[in-house]
Amino acid sequence: MNRKTKLALLEMMLRIRKTELRLAEIYRSGDLTGALHLYEGEEAIAAGVCAALNRDDFITSTHRGSGHCVARGMPLRTLIAEVYGKATGCCGGKGGHMHMFDVDAGIMGTTGIVGAGMPLATGLGLSIQLRKTSQVAVAFFSDGASNNGAFHESLNMAAVWKLPVLFVCENNGYATSVSARRSTSVTDIGVRGAGYGIPGVTVDGNRVDRVYQAASEAVRRARAGEGPTLIECQTYRIRGHYEGDDWWEYRDSAEVEEARRRDPIAFWQAALVEDGVLGEKTLDEMNARIDSDIEDAVQFAAASPLPEPEQAFVPAHPQPA
Amino acid sequence: MTRSLTYVEALREGMRQEMERDETVFVMGEGVGLRGSAFKQTAGFYDQFGPERVRDTAISELAIAGAAVGAAISGMRPIADLMWIDFTTLACDQICNQAAKLHYVSNGQIKVPAVFRATTGHLRGQAAQHCGSWYAFYCNIPGLKVVLPSCPSDAKGLILSAIRDDGPVIYLEHKMLLNVREEVAEDLAPTPLGVAAIRREGADLTLVASGLMVPESLKAAREVEAEGVSVEVVDLRTLMPYDSECILRSFRKTGRLLVVDEGFRYCGLGSEIISLVIERAMDYMDDSPRQLTARHTTVPFSPPLEDCVFPNSRTIAAEIRDMFGLVKL
Repeated sequence: MNRKTKLALLEMMLRIRKTELRLAEIYRSGDLTGALHLYEGEEAIAAGVCAALNRDDFITSTHRGSGHCVARGMPLRTLIAEVYGKATGCCGGKGGHMHMFDVDAGIMGTTGIVGAGMPLATGLGLSIQLRKTSQVAVAFFSDGASNNGAFHESLNMAAVWKLPVLFVCENNGYATSVSARRSTSVTDIGVRGAGYGIPGVTVDGNRVDRVYQAASEAVRRARAGEGPTLIECQTYRIRGHYEGDDWWEYRDSAEVEEARRRDPIAFWQAALVEDGVLGEKTLDEMNARIDSDIEDAVQFAAASPLPEPEQAFVPAHPQPA
Repeated sequence: MTRSLTYVEALREGMRQEMERDETVFVMGEGVGLRGSAFKQTAGFYDQFGPERVRDTAISELAIAGAAVGAAISGMRPIADLMWIDFTTLACDQICNQAAKLHYVSNGQIKVPAVFRATTGHLRGQAAQHCGSWYAFYCNIPGLKVVLPSCPSDAKGLILSAIRDDGPVIYLEHKMLLNVREEVAEDLAPTPLGVAAIRREGADLTLVASGLMVPESLKAAREVEAEGVSVEVVDLRTLMPYDSECILRSFRKTGRLLVVDEGFRYCGLGSEIISLVIERAMDYMDDSPRQLTARHTTVPFSPPLEDCVFPNSRTIAAEIRDMFGLVKL
């Protein structure tokens, strides 16, 4: 990995983290409606996987999806404006945080249905194969979704047809409030790849370099027509299922504190300093760039108009006259 | 040029012509390839178009529907064959939460030109889990269109429109109509979505039906004609968005309504059409509107039990006689 990529991975993780924390802050202030599912602590996965993709590749995401959107380069302005429900949001306020789309960035949707992105990514892979382009499709999903029927049907279909799909399982330890320990039949979800005759790898999802490597190999395989790969990235969901979740009801704070010590950004930052790749000046510039982009986006979103009420019926749904 | 085609042959010809015209159209489902589908809807396609565009799948309804949606949002026009409408429950998330919603929730960025095909309605001995008429359920989901042809020409005309439509369409094939025959034009124009057809003009009663209930209603209408009741039969063809103008026009003329619905009664299509005329044409009403529907029961297997469940020409004629105070001659 060259110096530029190493720094880009750090900057992307920081960009995701700071965006998430800023959203949490705005949420606490009461300016946002709806539910907010944040990605703090899992940034290495979105950053590592998306760094291995091209601009015209596709992703499907989850309810915890703003990190993936940032990593795919969705403009922060339209992202944050959407979370505010503003007319200038990526979906004009139709979607909100849980349903964000940006076709130009290949983001074919965050979704409120656990597991729903996998069949869609399978279809995107099918379309790529039929249209004979060299794109790939990535389905981000969770340990929880890996217990859903959509996982089985999608991996089987993608494997049978050798579709160019990456199934990226973000094993963050919890399916809403139930731990993977108590709900998942295996410790390493990567082993499930064998059930479909495809490579299934398990990597430390807090090591952005390892995620990037695994994703790069899976992308290579996909573009070469060798079919899908299951990549399990083991990480930890630092925050509650949603902002305001009483997570102490189902897990110990000691567990959360332990996970905080394995912070993917702190690790990578230290590694780059030790490498001699990252100096204080570079880091300061990086932080300043990100802070200024986020501040600009928040101001843009806050100042943007709400949608006009009649926009509720645009695009129109088919209905009798 | 017209030829005599069955409903299935007409449907097949429509799909074939679209696949010849547009290479983004493809078919996927259980047995659509080598076997040519459960009722031969795609017979010959595998040899003509090859395995890439005529894709046999696992029995995997969620993945079939989801892969169709994924392909549709990225430049293809898939036809997903889900075989029986009863099996679409297994694909419901992808149909109702994804296909139906993505265009709207993406604020128009995404289009979902996917067709979900399934057989519908009863057929002797198919019983509890193969006789569904679930269309009212899908009509209730904003974002979906639902069509149900009653004759070969519409089997072809509606599949042409369904494939060309930029939104998701549920295309239903009635199992009892598959072998019905009529003259069908080779260069038939697409049957527009949302437009009903008057199958028989009449002055005394507007009878609204779809699918198998159309020929059954026509038979009943011929019977009661001899007894002095002139029945106008409206074939909905598109169940959502249904042709409200056509129904209202007919009702304003006749002042009486009977909806014959193979689906279940409560919260169903029949209730919907009745509420339409009550809300929009009350002043023209000469009699209480009625509906004749499937009975609210799981469909039983044994023939004498099954015969009690669905409307047919005999029960339709009896209902009309009752409406007009006639005693069967």
